[in-house]
Amino acid sequence: MPLDQSFTGRTYPPTEPYQVGREKIREFATAIGADDALYHDVEAAQKAGYRDVVAPPTFPIILSFAAMEQIVTDPELGMDYTRVVHGDQRFSYRRPIVAGDELVVVSSIDDITHRGGHDFLTTRAELATPAGEPVVTVVCKLVVRGHGE
Amino acid sequence: MSEMAYEKGQQLPLQTFRVTRADLVRYAGASGDFNPIHWSERTAVGVGLPGVIAHGMYTMALAGRAVTGWVGAADAVLDIGVRFTRPVPVPDTDEGTEVEFTAVIKNVSEDGLVTFDLTAICAGEKVLAQARVVVKQI
Repeated sequence: MPLDQSFTGRTYPPTEPYQVGREKIREFATAIGADDALYHDVEAAQKAGYRDVVAPPTFPIILSFAAMEQIVTDPELGMDYTRVVHGDQRFSYRRPIVAGDELVVVSSIDDITHRGGHDFLTTRAELATPAGEPVVTVVCKLVVRGHGE
Repeated sequence: MSEMAYEKGQQLPLQTFRVTRADLVRYAGASGDFNPIHWSERTAVGVGLPGVIAHGMYTMALAGRAVTGWVGAADAVLDIGVRFTRPVPVPDTDEGTEVEFTAVIKNVSEDGLVTFDLTAICAGEKVLAQARVVVKQI
């Protein structure tokens, strides 16, 4: 059953603010093998003009992936997550994320298309401070593989 | 910080990153993506994969490392986007596998933005397409 294309344009309620922790940034940086001082050393980050350590470029996947639960578990949309393949991923920054930031995620469905027996779903997560300062836009394209072979 | 003076068409030197099963387990924990195809051979084979594969987001994180490495600034990335074209199988060995990154400078804008077009190769196959990173030139 193809996904209902009328879900295009749907926006989900904002998430609770996510507190960006210094140790979480260090843990993530270590997990990707990045030993850059800006990701680990508060003094180095402050010398570079930041309040605290800076997050690596793909760090916001932690927030956007969690927030996407709203979409993939939306009973009305009815996605079969076991058939989902990650197609494209993009992060567009207004400014780097820094430890101590609080970020709220608003997820939307930008596009749904059906071709070749598969569904293509484009989701967008806008990460902003609770005061409304935009920080990063995360766009994720998912492919839901069809059953017909 | 290195001094950047990039020109359109410039080639960036090869960077190679090793990926092992232990890296994937660590990444699963740090990122919150516990999909078993990234740690369970049984599950991966069961869904038709050759075996355990790396998280696409792990490969993308390595692309970020490649660019920040070339640029010499960990906070330089303004925009990073990729398409995942092939999985990165990670065998259960001490060596795991390797992903190799190269890039060419696609554009240098007047306001100092530099666009990198990346190529990511694992076992002779391109694993990313349309891999493009924009950095701010300091």
